[in-house]
Amino acid sequence: MTRPIHLAAGDEHFARLEQTWADPPSFLGWFSHVDHKSIGRRYLVTAFGFFLLGGILAGMMRLQLSRPDSSLIGPDLYNQIFTTHGTTMMFLFAVPVMQALGIYFVPLMVGARAIAFPRMIAFSYWMFLFGGVFLYISFLLNAGPDMGWFSYPPLAETLYTPSKRADVWAQLITFTEVASLATAVSLITTVFKMRAPGMSLNRIPLFVWAQVVTSFMVLFAMPAIMLASTELILDRLVNTHFFDVEHGGDALLWQHLFWFFGHPEVYIIFIPGSGIVSMIITTFSRRHMFGYLAVVLALVSTAFMGFGLWVHHMFATGLPQLGESFFTAASMMIAIPTGVQFFCWIATMWSGRITLKTPMLWILGFFAIFLLGGLTGVMLAAVPLNIQVHDTFFVVAHLHYVLIGGAIFPLFGAFYYWYPKITGRMLSERLGRWVFGLMFTGFNLTFFPMHLLGLHGMPRRVYTYPASMGWGTLNLVASGGALLMGCGVLLFLIDALRALRAGDVAADDPWGAGTLEWATSSPPPYSNFLRPPTVAGREPLWDNPIDQPVIVGLRDDVRDVLVTHVLDAEPDHRVAFPEPSCWPFLTAVATTALFIWSIFNPWAVVYGSVPVFVAMVGWFWPKSPNEGATPPWPIRHRTLPRPGEAPAAGGAI
Amino acid sequence: MSPRETGRTLDVSALAPGAFGSRSLMWWGTMGIVLIESTVFALAIGSYFFLRTRMPAWPPDGVAPPDLRWGTINTLVLLASLIPNQLAKRAGERVDLRGVRIWMVVCLVFGVGFNAVRVYEFQHVNVLWDHDAYGSIVWVLLGLHTTHIVTDFLDTAVLAVLMFVGPVEEKRFVDVEENSVYWYFVVLAWLPIYGVLYWAPRLT
Repeated sequence: MTRPIHLAAGDEHFARLEQTWADPPSFLGWFSHVDHKSIGRRYLVTAFGFFLLGGILAGMMRLQLSRPDSSLIGPDLYNQIFTTHGTTMMFLFAVPVMQALGIYFVPLMVGARAIAFPRMIAFSYWMFLFGGVFLYISFLLNAGPDMGWFSYPPLAETLYTPSKRADVWAQLITFTEVASLATAVSLITTVFKMRAPGMSLNRIPLFVWAQVVTSFMVLFAMPAIMLASTELILDRLVNTHFFDVEHGGDALLWQHLFWFFGHPEVYIIFIPGSGIVSMIITTFSRRHMFGYLAVVLALVSTAFMGFGLWVHHMFATGLPQLGESFFTAASMMIAIPTGVQFFCWIATMWSGRITLKTPMLWILGFFAIFLLGGLTGVMLAAVPLNIQVHDTFFVVAHLHYVLIGGAIFPLFGAFYYWYPKITGRMLSERLGRWVFGLMFTGFNLTFFPMHLLGLHGMPRRVYTYPASMGWGTLNLVASGGALLMGCGVLLFLIDALRALRAGDVAADDPWGAGTLEWATSSPPPYSNFLRPPTVAGREPLWDNPIDQPVIVGLRDDVRDVLVTHVLDAEPDHRVAFPEPSCWPFLTAVATTALFIWSIFNPWAVVYGSVPVFVAMVGWFWPKSPNEGATPPWPIRHRTLPRPGEAPAAGGAI
Repeated sequence: MSPRETGRTLDVSALAPGAFGSRSLMWWGTMGIVLIESTVFALAIGSYFFLRTRMPAWPPDGVAPPDLRWGTINTLVLLASLIPNQLAKRAGERVDLRGVRIWMVVCLVFGVGFNAVRVYEFQHVNVLWDHDAYGSIVWVLLGLHTTHIVTDFLDTAVLAVLMFVGPVEEKRFVDVEENSVYWYFVVLAWLPIYGVLYWAPRLT
């Protein structure tokens, strides 16, 4: 999808530059791509594919529940369906799709030629893909996990789940967490060390702030679930006793570790969503964000507080009263930074000139839905109500209002907003309004009745219910709503495929936005920016003076990248980035073999690590005598600077 | 050496093609990994003390705490390895190929040493992983750290081979430096784990 750039004769520098940065176009070359735009596109498409699969599973559940005493789907299959649905949406869609947007757009928004550690990003993609395929193959082989997406022991222990279903779940977790941890490290490094000169910390676009805050949350949250799922699989495969009460273990250890990850996970999904909201509101209100600093601080404090309220998922386990009070207070307190963001968004729109294009519609939808989800969240923070509606459809309604409101609606806004940049084509405004209308109506029809069903006592995760309970009508309404949502997604898909070929050609900056991803062509060239930019404001395309300098002097015969200082992004040094390589793919294949083999034989962890080691050495080993473009041996004295040495760069801009 | 600003361009061609320490991207990547793995260790230690509150006796009756001898010897070996590690780091920062080769090999000798002593540690933890929850968490803590000393040994070995057979270029010395930073992490992370495994069961 990268169009050849037509250059005027004599622009040999740019032609060579593009040749240097291009990934191999051949079929085999496809496995060695390291361009963040190429990987980002794959990540987006793959995550959206899993969204469709998860959606189909949701549709099957709604079909089953649409009338009482239905025998369409049996309890065993139903258990696999809701577990695979939840697991897919959390681990294979919501987190990866947000990181995918980060992989594609963060380097563009900070004005960089590439993402830091591009081969690690490629590895991350392959791990994510293989993990997801592994889950769905297992599901088709009737080995899909069936213990719920949080896989509580003792249900998930061998005694109650003797099949491989829980092992499949535990290893899927390992796949996806490896993938998102690798991405998080790359994004943090990109944001702190590769920003365009002039982009000091207080000029970083809010979406990029959201991504970096999320990445830090990933670093601290994901290890908890990796440890937990490792302990679970050890309990199952080699008879350890972490969650086995008879031998001194405790199932509550699982719940603590799981929710220490699981609650931050909600914010790992929502914070990028709020970053999207900030970007779209700024663009379509035609003014700088009101209260930029307050919004950044709100993101950071949400991240901190997100780690302090995991226990509110465990109120029904019988905790000490003091603990309950503490976590109730913490759960209510986190509404404060979210409130700050809301008021800043409202103030921005209030004082701006709003244009109601399709991306903006999704943001307005987000306001309505997420607000309702937030309100039921405050209700659920109260222990008595929490225990009353525990494990009912009220919780299902709440979590879908939060996640679909907080992430999917901004995400669809993002699809409409950034589709032109990625593909060079515009989506249809007219169809977009229909998609929004169908999704918004369908969503509320589906999930609002679930609040009432929950209050009427309908438990979640039951495959059917007797007619005498009187839940039939509301369930039928919910299923009808799901059908509308399905139509909305289908219409979006049709439009997205149509627009690839037949959509209106997009300008570089079709919305008149101010951030750097719009400063390059649509779609961007391989090197992102033929002339890398410098910036003089928060919205460079609005704020930069006409003679704002562009960067020259980066080499065009190696993948030369400018590295800048953390705080003020002053130029520091250059570094040559790695060439395309098939080794990340091969490493992912070897790691996949190890993970899957280990379900059947614990010794696979030892034997299987040999190919992984070989692949990693292949990845690291230099292929050409001077691939780093640093001075070759022999060197008489050091030429590269150390910290604190006289800056090789002076230039404040 | 400062970039030249003309009317419309910022010329960065004079900047160095790389940098050492916290200026380099490699340092940031290493720190990211260190943060992730520190969190894993911290949560595993948290699990240890959580399980401890769930059992009537810790270690359970009839089980002795791990023998102090091998764990303590290994702690000393690991700490001693910081000396050649620091010297390798310094040699890297001086771009002194001879020094890098010598001290990385010495580091590897220490690596063989602490991996070998680790085998004895496993033989003297006095409990198996399937005995009870105490045994499980002891083996997971020791196993987690063992994974780190094995992989760090292998990383270092691969880099050392490269520094002998080449092609050597200046940016490899940044790798040597960051490898030493990670070695520091692996050794220092052992100290709390040593305290927990060997001393926590002895304090009542």
